[in-house]
Formats: sequence, C-alpha cells, structure tokens
Amino acid sequence: MKRNSVPFWIGAALFLFAIALMTQIIDNQYPFFAGYVILQFVVLAVAWSILGGYAGYVNFGTSAFFGVGVYTAVLLFKAAGAPLAVQIAAAAIVGAFLGFAVGLLTLRMQGIFFSIATIALTIVIETSVTNWRYLGGAAGIQMQRPPVMAPFHSYVQMLFFVQALLVVVAVAIARYIQGSWIGRGLQALKDDELAAECTGVPTLRLKLLACVISGALMCAAGAPAAMYLQYADPSSAFNLNYSVTVLAMSLIGGTAHWAGPVIGAILLGVTQQLLAVTISSEVNVLVLGIMLVLFVVAAPEGLIGLVRRFRRNRAEGEA
Amino acid sequence: MDLLLDAVVIGVLLGCFYAAVSIGLSVSFGLLDVPHVAHPAFLVMASYAVFFLNDRYDVDPLVAGLLITPLLFFFGLAAYRLYYETFERRGTDAAVRGIAFFFGVAFIIEVLIILQFGVDQRSVTASYIGKAWRIGDMRIPLRLVVAFAVASALTILLALYLSRTFMGRAIRAVAQDQEAVRLMGANPVRIKQWAFGVATAVLGIAGALLIIVAPVEPTLDRAYIGRTFCVVVMAGLGSMSGTLIAAIILGVAETIVLTLFGASWAPAISFAMLLGVLAIRPQGLLGRRS
Amino acid sequence: MMAAGATEIPLLRIGALTKRFGGFTALDNVSVDIRPGERFGLIGPNGSGKTTLINCISGAFRTEAGTVLFRGEDITRLPPFMRTRRGIARSFQIPRPFRSMTVAENLMVALDFAAAADDRISAGQRRDSAMSILTQTGLASKANVSATRLSQVELRKMELARAMATHPKLLISDEAMAGLSSSEVDEVLDLLMSLASQDITIIMIEHIMQAVMRFSDRIMCLDAGKIIAIGAPAEVMANQRVQEAYLGT
Repeated sequence: MKRNSVPFWIGAALFLFAIALMTQIIDNQYPFFAGYVILQFVVLAVAWSILGGYAGYVNFGTSAFFGVGVYTAVLLFKAAGAPLAVQIAAAAIVGAFLGFAVGLLTLRMQGIFFSIATIALTIVIETSVTNWRYLGGAAGIQMQRPPVMAPFHSYVQMLFFVQALLVVVAVAIARYIQGSWIGRGLQALKDDELAAECTGVPTLRLKLLACVISGALMCAAGAPAAMYLQYADPSSAFNLNYSVTVLAMSLIGGTAHWAGPVIGAILLGVTQQLLAVTISSEVNVLVLGIMLVLFVVAAPEGLIGLVRRFRRNRAEGEA
Repeated sequence: MDLLLDAVVIGVLLGCFYAAVSIGLSVSFGLLDVPHVAHPAFLVMASYAVFFLNDRYDVDPLVAGLLITPLLFFFGLAAYRLYYETFERRGTDAAVRGIAFFFGVAFIIEVLIILQFGVDQRSVTASYIGKAWRIGDMRIPLRLVVAFAVASALTILLALYLSRTFMGRAIRAVAQDQEAVRLMGANPVRIKQWAFGVATAVLGIAGALLIIVAPVEPTLDRAYIGRTFCVVVMAGLGSMSGTLIAAIILGVAETIVLTLFGASWAPAISFAMLLGVLAIRPQGLLGRRS
Repeated sequence: MMAAGATEIPLLRIGALTKRFGGFTALDNVSVDIRPGERFGLIGPNGSGKTTLINCISGAFRTEAGTVLFRGEDITRLPPFMRTRRGIARSFQIPRPFRSMTVAENLMVALDFAAAADDRISAGQRRDSAMSILTQTGLASKANVSATRLSQVELRKMELARAMATHPKLLISDEAMAGLSSSEVDEVLDLLMSLASQDITIIMIEHIMQAVMRFSDRIMCLDAGKIIAIGAPAEVMANQRVQEAYLGT
C-alpha cells in the first residue's frame, strides 16, 4: 500500500526553492547565520528522534556525534583540503560506524544505563580529541574558508542551503522509517521489548539500524559547523548542551511523528536565537530546561500529542 | 615509585570523599531505582549554599553543611513526591521521561547557579584549608585528611542507619520487594519518599566536602555524573560497602592516571570505567541485585 | 536414545537443561520430549521453575547447560525472535500488550515479523488473517480499540491471538486462565482446544487443575527445578510427590 508521497516531495521542493531564493535576494547576513543554526537543529532533532523517539532509547550522545562530525570535517580539511561535500559524506560514514559501535556496546543496556553510557561516551570521545594535538587539542583550531562557489554570494549562504538539503534528507529518511516495517518494529520494541522479540521482531538489529542511521545524520549535521564557525574546539563541539537541547526539541515537539522534532526544533531554535540576542545565553539554557521539564511532566507526547488529543476530543464531542 | 605511592595514598583519601558524594545516589538510584541524573547537580547546589554561608557569614563549611542538611531533607521529600506522582505512578515509558526530567532539572539548577553566582570558581576558607601534613616524604593536604575522616564517618553512619534502624531496614525491604512491604501494612511510597529525603540530606555534608576538597564551578555536576554513577554501578546497586570500595578504586585510578599521564586525561577516567563496567559486568563488582 | 524405527522425531527436545540465577538453581537437569500435536500440561507449585523453563525454550533466558532442539534443529543459542520465526510462540503470564497500538495492530506486528520469509503474502492478506484470528478468539469487535482499553480476559485473549498470529507450530500458554471466572476459563480452554485441533502443539502452564486434566494428553510436574512426575494426567495427579509438592509437607 503506497502512501501518497507526492505532496511531501512537492513540499520539499518548494522548501528548497524558497531557501535558494532567500540566498539570492536577501543581502543581510544575519538571517543566514541564525537560520543555519536552526536548520542544523532540525536535522539533529529529526535524527535523534529516529532512535530516541521511534525506538524509545533516550540517547544523550548527540553531542558526541555532533562533535565527531565537526572534527571529521576538520581532519579532512586540514589533511587534504577536502571540499564540503566530501567532508559531509565522510562525516556521515564515520557517524554510521560510530553509531554501530555505540549500538553494539550500549543497546543491550536497559533504560537509564543506556542513557548514562551515552553521556560517558561523549566525555570519553571529547577527552580523546582534546588530547589529539594534530586537531588543535584543548585550545582549538582555526580554519580558513575556501572561496565560495557561484551562485552563492557568501559562504554562510551556501552553508545555509547545504543544511537545508540535509533537512530534506533527514526528514525523508525519518518519514520513510516511520511508515515502513522498520518503524512498526521500532514502535513495538518501544512499547515492550521482550514481547516484541518474542513476537518475531529482531529487536537488536532494528535498534542497531536506528543507531547507525541516527548517528550518520547527526555527524553529517555537524560537519558544516567547522566551516560555519571557522573554528573548532573540543569543549564547544562536544558540549553537553547539544544533547539536552536536541532532546528537549524532540520531546517538546513530540516523538511519534517526524513533524514533531521539526516543529520543536524550529520553535525552540527561534526562541533560543531571540533570547541569546536580547537577554543572555544563560537565560536561553534556563528556558530550555524549564520547557523540557514542563513538557515531560505535563505533555509527554509533545505538541503533536496535544494537537492529536485536541482533535480527538473535538471529534468525540461532535459525535 | 615514590610518586606512585603518593598517588595511591591521595587516591584512597580522594576515594573516600567520592564515596561520601556517591552514597546518596546509592540509595536513590541503587535502592529506589530513581534515574537521578540530577544528583550531582543537587550536590553542587549544596556546595554553593555552603559557599554562601561561609563567604557571607564566616560559617565553617562543615558546620554550614550540617545547617543545610534539614533543608535538603525536605527538598528531597518534595522532589520525590513530584517524581513519583508524575512518573512512577504512570508506568510504561515513564522511565524514559524520568531521565529527561532529571536532566532538565540538572540544567535548570546549573543555570540558576550561574545567574546567582556567576561562572567563576568559588572556594571556601577554613582553618584546615591550605595546610598540609608531612608523613615521611609525603605531603598530604590537610583538607583531604579532613574530607577523608568526615566522609568515612558519613558513609559508616549511613550504612549503620540502613542496617540497624527500623526505618533503614524498611528502606532496604522496599528496595527488594515493594509488594511484600505493602502486604505488611506499611506504605512503600512513604518509605521511598523518606529514603529519598535522607539521600538528599546527606548531600549537605557531601557538598561541604566538595568545596573543601577543590573549588567549585557551576558545570561541575557534569564531571560528577561520571564519578557518582561509576561508583554506584561498580559497587552493585544498593551495596553500601561496595560503594566505599568502588569509590576508593576510582580515586586511586584517577590519581594514578593523573600522575602518569597528566590532567588532560583525568576527566575521562570515571566515564571510561563506567562504560567498562556497564559493558562487561553490569551487576557491579560486588553486585547484590541484578 | 531412539529405538530403531521410532515413530517421529519429537517437536521439542529439551536435554539436561540447567538454569542458575547467582547461587539459586531454577532448573536442574531437566530433560523432556514433546511430541508433535501433543497437548502437554506443565504444573508445579509457585517458584518450581515453570516460567523459567518457558523462558529458556522461547529464548528469553540463556542457560548454563543443556540443549533445546526444535524439529531436530539445535536452537539453544538462537535469539528469541529467530525461535519465534521457526514456530515457537508464547503468551506471557502477565499480558504484555503493545500499548500504543490497537488490537489489530498488535496482531499485525506478529504477522509482519514472524511470518516465514517465503510467506510473502500481501498486506491485505495479512490484515484478513488478523481479522480471522480475532474472530476465532472473540475479539473481532475490538479490532480497532486501543490495547489500553481491554479488560483482563480480553488482554489474555489478545496475548493468545498475538501468539497465534505468528503461525506457530508450538504454542506455550503461560497461566492464561489465572484469575478468570469459570465461564472465562471455559472460553480460553475452548480456544486452546480448537488450536490443538489445528495441529498446533500446545504446552499449557496452569494452576487450575480441572482445566489441565481436561486439556492434557500428558502432564509434567516440576518442583524446585526438577521433574518429579511425568505421564498421563490421572497418574500424575495421583502421584504422592506431586500431592506433597502442592500441599507442602
């Protein structure tokens, strides 16, 4: 039974067209700087949700994958002057391998142990990178952007468009998983892993698959950040804030559907940009924490869940 | 070789301090199964409270720790009530959300500390800070000895509480079989709430020790997630004597690596050990429960 | 050890199975053959190792020693989902429904994942299969109801329905009748009987002795991880050790 994919792809094409148009007609650089960050979080949140939302394995290792993406790009650029596309592709491959390794190591652990293990992994990887002097060590490393290619006028505009492409890729993949047997298997194992396994669902394989895909996408999202900042240092690239932010965005948006993390990322991303500029970056994190706690306590299914409940109540009211 | 011996001695002292800092988690996570990722954040919060009393009113840090203990107890009672009503009652995927909840709380605490005290390091002053004992060729900072003594006392006291008092035994009973406790007419939720209160109250002294041993800064809780969970998991959930032994192992391992390889590898030790234990022997080295 | 010219290979052969939890031995050197098409009752006091045995057969537990052979194949090291795909299904003592799904969706998981690879049947056919199983178990009217809204007996039936949807050759029912009223017990018993008549081998764990007696061709009694009696129902029930195990001297 084929779901109708045409509206989705039309929407995706329109989205990319709008982004491309923006880069041609808007001169002010600020929207692109802010927009890049928001799009980056959309990719991260959607990627996170594949393992965290569909399978229910709350992964705190987003920071690890993001940081590895950044440093893979740094390594390739420094060692071989690799172009952006290669940096991103390589990051995705590294992310897939890392996801597989992390999965093998941690997916047998239940609940909180899995989550704690992913935090542990982040710190271990961060410490290892900090001790790798070729990549700049603790002090970080600076990079020079290569000249921008036509039709873009500025490098940031190009990065903005590239990140928009990654959004489309990530959402398309999440949407496919959600509607396929993979998604149904993940849903079953999220509800009750033992029952799923005894009903024929290959739980370990599905979890590993989710981990690999999620990891690849998160690393890919991190790769352009090296060029975006023209600078990378371990404590920023691996900052646990990424893990909490992405977690919050996905949970607040709602994890049952791919639109949830998209909505959550856009909402929180925009809020963050506003707060960071108008008040302070600390208040930014405070608001994030408070919203996370509020939603987890009061609206665990996120905004998507609230909308669904509202619609259901209205339908029942009218019936 | 001398350097190594120094490291081991310091490591043992540090280890006992880690035990005091982790023992609350042994109760809240080890016995009560609460995914208390915010435990280190509570700890840091306590140490800032100690700083405040020491800085503003010249109260000795250990005394300050004692003073805030009852406050922390009630805070723990309230926190558990909120957690229970929201998560444990509702079962199923609540475990996942419970972790997210505590993570959110930890971040909120971090930011509130930054807003109130700023990001700079803070330390306390006391008569025993800044001096050192000479034993043979070794120089042992006096504050570590104080921390060692107080920590040991705290750990032993809590272990005795859990094994000798009525409430303590009730707590251990609830951890093993909630239903049986209910059938005997006691309210397991009340007992767990009390236990969580005790686990949080202990952080008063533990927080004082934290800021005595080294300066604190708002994001210190992140490093201590590794240390406390490493200790608790290595110990085998809920084992008090295991907590002490595991903590000493961690303390010694950290100091040895620090001595041999330098400070840049130190942050990863506890996390690496935690990963190792989780992967190989998740029931801990002295595991009693699985 | 089979005599020359023996009739058929056992469907399930358990050989010297031992399972320990720390210092506690839950199953001690258990060996038994289950014949194809047999109706096999498994009884024993609480804690005697019945559910542990089921967990070892379905793959949820790894064993310290012993083998499990299913249709001649050694499945001792296989993960649970592979055993399910080869035709071993089980229900859980305390029902474990997929809470975010409807009753029909619960069955679809089984149909999507447990069907053998060569059963490439279409989604439409799978849906029909689900409905027919639901009709057989009396849950057809609840097909689109969320699993969270079922009553106890409906949950038990869905457990069995989901197990049936895996197209098993061996179905293990773990105390499906516990706590049900006598008419509900009869419903479940009839269901199991009709499954047995469809050539599905059934192992039934129950405490309701009348049901076990009516249902079983053979009964095995466990106590403290060991087999203390196995044979025809009347024999086993009359066995003194069995009576002692239950009455507890």
